[in-house]
Amino acid sequence: MDIAEQHELVFRARGLTKIYRMGEVEVKALRGIDLDLHAGELVVLLGPSGSGKSTLLNILGGLDTPTAGDVYYLDHNLTAAGDRDLTLFRRDHVGFVFQFYNLIPSLTARENVAVVTEISTAPMRPEEALALVGLGERLDHFPAQLSGGEQQRVAIARAIAKNPAVLLCDEPTGALDSQTGVVVLEALEKVNRDLGTLTVLITHNAGIAAMADRVVRLSDGHVVESRANATKLPAHALSW
Amino acid sequence: MKLSLHPLDLKLLRDLWHMRGQVLAIAAVIMGGVATLVMSLSTYDSLTTTRDRFYAEYRLAEVFAVLKRAPESAAERLRAVPGVDRLETRVRAGVKLEVQGFSDPITGMLLSVPDSGLSLLNELHMKRGRRVEPYSSDEVVVSDTFAEGHRLEPGDRIAAIINGKRKALTVVGVAVSPEYVYQIAPGSMFPDFKRYGVLWMGRNALGAAYDMEGAFNSVTATLERGAHVQEVIDRFDGILANYGGTGAYPRKDQFSNRFLSEELKQLQTMATVFPAIFLGVAAFLLNVVISRLIALQREQIAILKAFGYAHQAIAAHFVKFVMVVVVIGVAAGTALGAWFGRGLSDVYMETTFRFPYLDYLLNAGVVLMALAVSALAAVSGTLVAVFRAARLTPAEGMRPETPTLYRATIIERLGLQRWLTAPSRMIARHIERRPVKSLLTILGIACASGLMMVGNYQKGAIDFMVDVQFRHAAREDLALTFIEPTSGKALHELAALPGVVHVEGFRDVPAILRFQNHSHRAALYGIQPDGSLHRSLDRTLQPIAVPAGGVVLTDHLASKMLQVRPGDMLSVEILEGRRRTVELPVLGITQQYLGVSAYMQKESLNELLREGNVVTGAYLAVEPGREAEVYADLHERPRVLGMVANATAIRSFYATIGEFVLFYNLVATVLAGAIGFGVVYNSARIALSEGGRELASLRVLGFTRGEIAYILLGELAVLALVAIPVGMLVGIGLVGILVVAFESELYRLPLILTAENYAMGATVIVVSALLSGGLVWRQLGRLDLIGVLKTRE
Ligand SMILES: Nc1ncnc2c1ncn2[C@@H]1O[C@H](COP(=O)(O)OP(=O)(O)OP(=O)(O)O)[C@@H](O)[C@H]1O
Ligand SMILES: [Mg+2]
Repeated sequence: MDIAEQHELVFRARGLTKIYRMGEVEVKALRGIDLDLHAGELVVLLGPSGSGKSTLLNILGGLDTPTAGDVYYLDHNLTAAGDRDLTLFRRDHVGFVFQFYNLIPSLTARENVAVVTEISTAPMRPEEALALVGLGERLDHFPAQLSGGEQQRVAIARAIAKNPAVLLCDEPTGALDSQTGVVVLEALEKVNRDLGTLTVLITHNAGIAAMADRVVRLSDGHVVESRANATKLPAHALSW
Repeated sequence: MKLSLHPLDLKLLRDLWHMRGQVLAIAAVIMGGVATLVMSLSTYDSLTTTRDRFYAEYRLAEVFAVLKRAPESAAERLRAVPGVDRLETRVRAGVKLEVQGFSDPITGMLLSVPDSGLSLLNELHMKRGRRVEPYSSDEVVVSDTFAEGHRLEPGDRIAAIINGKRKALTVVGVAVSPEYVYQIAPGSMFPDFKRYGVLWMGRNALGAAYDMEGAFNSVTATLERGAHVQEVIDRFDGILANYGGTGAYPRKDQFSNRFLSEELKQLQTMATVFPAIFLGVAAFLLNVVISRLIALQREQIAILKAFGYAHQAIAAHFVKFVMVVVVIGVAAGTALGAWFGRGLSDVYMETTFRFPYLDYLLNAGVVLMALAVSALAAVSGTLVAVFRAARLTPAEGMRPETPTLYRATIIERLGLQRWLTAPSRMIARHIERRPVKSLLTILGIACASGLMMVGNYQKGAIDFMVDVQFRHAAREDLALTFIEPTSGKALHELAALPGVVHVEGFRDVPAILRFQNHSHRAALYGIQPDGSLHRSLDRTLQPIAVPAGGVVLTDHLASKMLQVRPGDMLSVEILEGRRRTVELPVLGITQQYLGVSAYMQKESLNELLREGNVVTGAYLAVEPGREAEVYADLHERPRVLGMVANATAIRSFYATIGEFVLFYNLVATVLAGAIGFGVVYNSARIALSEGGRELASLRVLGFTRGEIAYILLGELAVLALVAIPVGMLVGIGLVGILVVAFESELYRLPLILTAENYAMGATVIVVSALLSGGLVWRQLGRLDLIGVLKTRE
């Protein structure tokens, strides 16, 4: 039995299409995606490079708008929402981890997290969030003083600190070794478990798929597979 | 968690610190504009306030009249005129003066002061020494400019030629009078402290010397509140007509006050036009620079948006950022402007306006205005840039800006690329791909250069005006006036003097010129049409002969003040003799940069006045080297009242305005330089930020620092070079605005730009570019190569 089916439907995407136009050339990043995501689910998004994973995640998170199709968040139509509503949506419900971290260079690790907690209703303390990703000792370092993986962990701390309803992570462990990666995944798992946060996780690492409730596979802008994970492993049991 | 500041405010402070170089450069631009405004307006406010206070405290009269001679009893009838408050009669006389060790001719004005008590009106402010002892026969108080010109102190002795007799006088005091704040010898154009002085003497002694015992030839009065000035003047004229009155006139026509007003009007124009130009250009530059700076924050704006920060919150953050810069700039500009303003006021006090004190005044309104203009320019630039960036979806904003479509540049289409190295091709592409940005940069740099040209324009213009005035129009070496209208035969005597080469007589008469509802009080000059000394010039500055039977007017007097055209009939009221009014045709227009004049043929004027060959003065050409001899000869002639030597007039002119122009040039150069540097440096720094990642990547790939500097600074150099000729055009335009705005009765500036002006305009660009290049070169050494490797792109 699919556990997801018992839970409330959080995202409902229908016929999502995204076309990038560069002069004469068109790139079809998404070619009609239908997808349902439920509360409390931990979904892993797999797919080859360029298959449209980031594009899909951005549209779900209200960072980008599709060329065609609809996305509903609960009963809100995100595709019809204006900039103001999308802003409120992101502020109140979504935590992001970007593929390229996107930290603010002039703020320290702690302050980068605080930028988000300042405008959230029931956040963790920035220190707490950073401790969860193993950066409790590097609070006052600027991004430029951190390694790529450490910057990535700050980005994750920033995403989970607000205790969001939805957590969207684009390759959150891409730059991390297996051991640190597990620490980070545990943090995500904890948020997912304790708060029932719908978590979507993009990865190129098929091993991580083992911790998912469901695995969705994208190829060339299509969903080619969506399967429930029969044997879900805890994060600490993973390694790569 | 111990965060006292919102993290965004922390970011703001760090960004400010991180960009301190640029912040200061932008602040310098604001400072330049604000300082000009504060300097000009505070000087204007100070001088105006000081004048008003001085006039009130020392009771400057409101109506003045000069006449030949009236018994003191006539004063009672004047006092009885309705509306008259206080009235004082006095004796005044033009004199020739002698100061030991100074051989040039000196003219002076002797005025009586009451022997008992203080003056009711036009009271003296004693700077040194004391007032004249009642009934003393040889004591005088001298004007402080004259004292300064000859270093006279109480106790010194000078001499006056009174009624042809030399009389020794003792200086007992040095004073300033509200009636002579601005002192100019009649007939001359500029103050000359050495060659003209005002002296005050006891009424009794002066009356005795001029046969004015129990009589007066000058009267001044103040009016009751609400009195009608023109009615009082008409009544005065009626009473004084029998005593040789030449027409009473209101305070606004009083000589010193009129010049003072004109000067203040000029200053007010300057206080409007210069700051408008400087602040306007600064605001434009600020807007451009700020919006580019904010555009660089595109990615951070996208991140903040992604986290759910609303547009307003993001905009507020950046507005705070630029407001800090604006406040720094306005504060620095206010401080500098106030300092310059004091300096400028001092220069005015030394060269032109003699006030006993100066109330330096910096109105809060001025500072608020500066703040408002700067803030408006900066904030609008910020908001436009923030909203342009925020309009993008966060996903888009976090990606670097997609370059516009790649296509061949003009250079490539022309097939020139094989002559260019790869870096040079990059420069060409950069400039061509972002034409708007490149154009704004060029325009910004050009504006700074234009400002420099405006700031330094005056000197060349003044040289030109002096050249036209003294080497083309008034070419005489010496202009002299007789004590009263004299037979033209006197000219022969003058011509016979040893050292005198050529003599031309002139007849002048005070008159009021009227056309429709415009009027102007001026001297009508009858000159010799065939004269080679004093000439009228046409538009091309060629001499024209004044035709018979009508008047020729200075262009400004004709077109702006009276609004007449050649062919119109001018109504001329002669303020001498029977005070007839006649209709005269305007026969021509003469180009004149200094003052305004009305000319006729001398014979036509003589005819009009129903007199024979009469002159009131003469223009003389003197053999070089024999001037002193000629002065001495003329000085002895009782009929000769005043002499104005052109050479000394020019010298005193430069002495008067030299300091002023020097000060002004210095200030303008500093401010335009600050603005120029601010713009160029910011352009370079922004280009560095925009291209930093690309340049760092090139470094990683093995390019040398020199090679990447070539790409970055080469672009700046190309833009700066293009900006030089554009800047010259901007300069011409700005000077054009200035010329139009400064048009006044006192002078009209010619639209003349010297090679030096152009050079200054180019120099500010070149120097700023070199300096900025040097600073950016240092920055290039610190490019974060590792940072490029750590993240994407
Ligand atoms: N701004 C853009 N302009 C043009 N094409 C784009 C843009 N962004 C993405 N694409 C294209 O859209 C497609 C999907 O991109 P997307 O970033 O979603 O891939 P992805 O699955 O996340 O790949 P990766 O695993 O490499 O991150 C790719 O072919 C990409 O080249
Ligand atoms: Mg991706």
